[in-house]
Amino acid sequence: MSTTTPTRKLPKTRVDLRQYGILAALAVIVILFQVLTDGRLLLPGNLNNLIQQNAYVLILAVGMVIVIIAGHIDLSVGSVVAMVGAVAAISMSQWGMPWWAAVIISLLLGAAVGAWQGFWVAFVGIPAFIVTLAGMLLFRGLTLVFLTGGTINALPGEFNAIGGGWLPELFGTIGEGRGSRDILTIVLGVLAVAMLITQQVRSRAKQRSLELPVERSVSFWIKNGVAAVVILALTFQLSAYRGTPIILIILAVLILLFTFVLNQTVFGRHVYAIGGNLFAAQMSGVKTSWINFFVFVNMGVLAGLAGVVTTARAGGAVASAGQSFELDAIAAVFIGGAAVTGGVGTVIGAVIGALIMGVLNMGLSILSVDAAWQQTIKGLVLLLAVAFDVMSKRRAGRR
Amino acid sequence: MTAILSMNQITKDFSGGVRALDGVSLEVERGHVHAICGENGAGKSTLMKVLSGVYPVGSYGGSINFENHETAYKSINDSEADGIVIIHQELALSPYLSIAENIFLGNEIATRGVVDWPKTNREATMLLARVGLDELPSTPVLELGVGKQQLVEIAKALSKQVKLLILDEPTAALNDEDSAHLLDLINSLRGQGITCIIISHKLKEIRRIADTVTIIRDGQTIETFEMKEADATEARIIRAMVGRDLDSMFPPHTPDIGDELFRVENWTVHHPVDTTRKVVDDASFSVRAGEIVGFAGLMGAGRTELAMSIFGRSYGSHISGTAFKEGKEISVKSVSEAIGHGIAYATEDRKHFGLNLIGSIAVNISAAALSKLSRFGIVDRFAENKVAEDYRGQMNIKTPNVSVLAGNLSGGNQQKVVLSKWMFSGPDILILDEPTRGIDVGAKYEIYGIINDLARQGKAVVVISSELPELLGLCDRIYAISEGTITGEIDRADATQERLMHLMTAGKD
Repeated sequence: MSTTTPTRKLPKTRVDLRQYGILAALAVIVILFQVLTDGRLLLPGNLNNLIQQNAYVLILAVGMVIVIIAGHIDLSVGSVVAMVGAVAAISMSQWGMPWWAAVIISLLLGAAVGAWQGFWVAFVGIPAFIVTLAGMLLFRGLTLVFLTGGTINALPGEFNAIGGGWLPELFGTIGEGRGSRDILTIVLGVLAVAMLITQQVRSRAKQRSLELPVERSVSFWIKNGVAAVVILALTFQLSAYRGTPIILIILAVLILLFTFVLNQTVFGRHVYAIGGNLFAAQMSGVKTSWINFFVFVNMGVLAGLAGVVTTARAGGAVASAGQSFELDAIAAVFIGGAAVTGGVGTVIGAVIGALIMGVLNMGLSILSVDAAWQQTIKGLVLLLAVAFDVMSKRRAGRR
Repeated sequence: MTAILSMNQITKDFSGGVRALDGVSLEVERGHVHAICGENGAGKSTLMKVLSGVYPVGSYGGSINFENHETAYKSINDSEADGIVIIHQELALSPYLSIAENIFLGNEIATRGVVDWPKTNREATMLLARVGLDELPSTPVLELGVGKQQLVEIAKALSKQVKLLILDEPTAALNDEDSAHLLDLINSLRGQGITCIIISHKLKEIRRIADTVTIIRDGQTIETFEMKEADATEARIIRAMVGRDLDSMFPPHTPDIGDELFRVENWTVHHPVDTTRKVVDDASFSVRAGEIVGFAGLMGAGRTELAMSIFGRSYGSHISGTAFKEGKEISVKSVSEAIGHGIAYATEDRKHFGLNLIGSIAVNISAAALSKLSRFGIVDRFAENKVAEDYRGQMNIKTPNVSVLAGNLSGGNQQKVVLSKWMFSGPDILILDEPTRGIDVGAKYEIYGIINDLARQGKAVVVISSELPELLGLCDRIYAISEGTITGEIDRADATQERLMHLMTAGKD
């Protein structure tokens, strides 16, 4: 432990292998299925579907990872998705609301649900498992009441586009017909890479100017180089289908926003502090009840958004929507390296966890593996991922 | 007179080269109540763990003879089979089970795995009568107060045909009435031929019931004498208890004491669960700018409880009293309020209350003052790292960088992180609870230097410590606390270990 640093030469930060472990797992799974499906996995159409089909898990996982870092769980999100979808559909088809008002109502309803559950967890002190288990029944029941067993279809096209639409081809296309590529998608990909590199370089320069330890140049450039190539390749591939899915933009904004919230804000810090050691957080003056409350309000809003996206993609509301969504989100978060005891987890980890599940789904479907077997395989992957995490932690602890 | 137990030249080493017991010998007469006295950390509890097999045979040196045979206990089950039962200070009852179920837990009266309830309840009733507890055997234990729970523990011991009963600080958590009842019970058990070892800090209690007393200090037996001897006085016990070597070195410290900075008046705190019991009783004290004030007290005296209740009511119930900063009354009803008034409290239990062990050093250092590093709720992580790096250098925290997790540091370095955290909150008043517990000598010296620096900057520093030499070497003024009451206040020049120990064991009459 007593490493004295030589003068003038700044210490380098160690690369967190655990974080890259699951990224490597994702890469392995993608390559595996790419080979098994004879390259069909990453065809433009499938790539597009991968994003649009799994958007709900990604949105829910982003909220769920915060809930789990704070040491809680939320079992109700699937039911909330269904209820919000029902209310959104009713507001448009029966109350004649425009699509944007329906979205606002959905998010507000999600916030209200989160406030309700947050109240019981944070201020009454009932374990989140119980509160959200009750919520799971409660909101599913209300969905059935609202829809009276039927379904609502024929929603406005603008609304459906949120889940299943694409950005307009603003700059036209390269080529014509089947081989054509959307220029906007490629431009967005290049922009994303430019933003990533600028941000990384600036942050590194600032670290250096403050004489803080920085990552080694080699690993820094390899890391960013790989990321840039992957982003460009994926957007290039995507451009050959119907352009940029609208939901991809929403997801990108959410992931960036919540990575920022967890890493750079006082709120995010307090969430980690509560999950890491509740008593130490209290003894440091953290208002733990309010933090817990807002963690659930946030989860509610994101569940509301997932309700909008699910309803939009399906083009209508059904009472059985969102069945077992909570389990998908929770699995994604734990595959992504979050700790069951709280205090550990990242948004990007949860996103990768969700993608692993999504690629498995897609790959197994292309291979036309039976649905029963798909579920079995996913169960084993979850167990193995967490077992790997637990064992690597135990090894680290024994050092 | 025959000895039921003799422990000869017991030695016990812990990893890291710490010698907890260094040739302790103890002889206990059959049918006696034998008291063991010593300061915190003298080795009393370790000795009892050796005796009862918590530390199995082979992990200690020396020999133990019980009832004319040499013991070789591999676990606590072996010693219980021989009739040695230890009752720890923290009671080990299952709260939702009934009294009868607790008494026979692990020792159920059953035929072929089926519990015989009528017999269980009948036996339990008889045992409860023996310990003088007037409760139904079916009452759940959580409905009982601490005093009655202790009686259930003793009933449990009796059910195991106890020959040697060991009580570790049995009255520390009891009120006066329950204490008196317990002492009477020990007396009557002696009449029934049960030998008793009692670890206690309360000298009045020892005088009342003990036949013999052994004093242990720094892992060695200092002396053993009969309480009926003419010169078996409290002063003799105190003399033997203190006199620990002043082995620690202290950096030079020239006090520069200013005006009164912090004062607490008539502070009374009740136990959080047993709300009838006063844990801190009418305590008043003051600290001046640039002054280091010590609090001396034995385990369970109420030192930590006093500090935590002042720090935003983090402990206790029905708290009354007033706190003043620079002569003006302040409200300290929540932790954030206390921090806002410039109070910092570095806890004695680093792992439970002090640190987020799975968080980085930087995150821990900024935890109590994130607002200083943030604008509009956004943390400036570069500034945070800079601050953490500054403290790493200033406090000599031995780590390659500040993104290392706090849980991976040694005790001394963890303590430096805790101190950094509170120094960064910019306090005027620092309360340091056992700041050098579990820390090696070198790190101790560094922490003493840091404490001196804080005083030199004009801060008011309160140091709570179990180690008298530490208080004598560090503090300008020392308060002694016993059973929740401040029993005296001594200036550095007049303070000796004996005077302090006398006040620390003063107790209520």
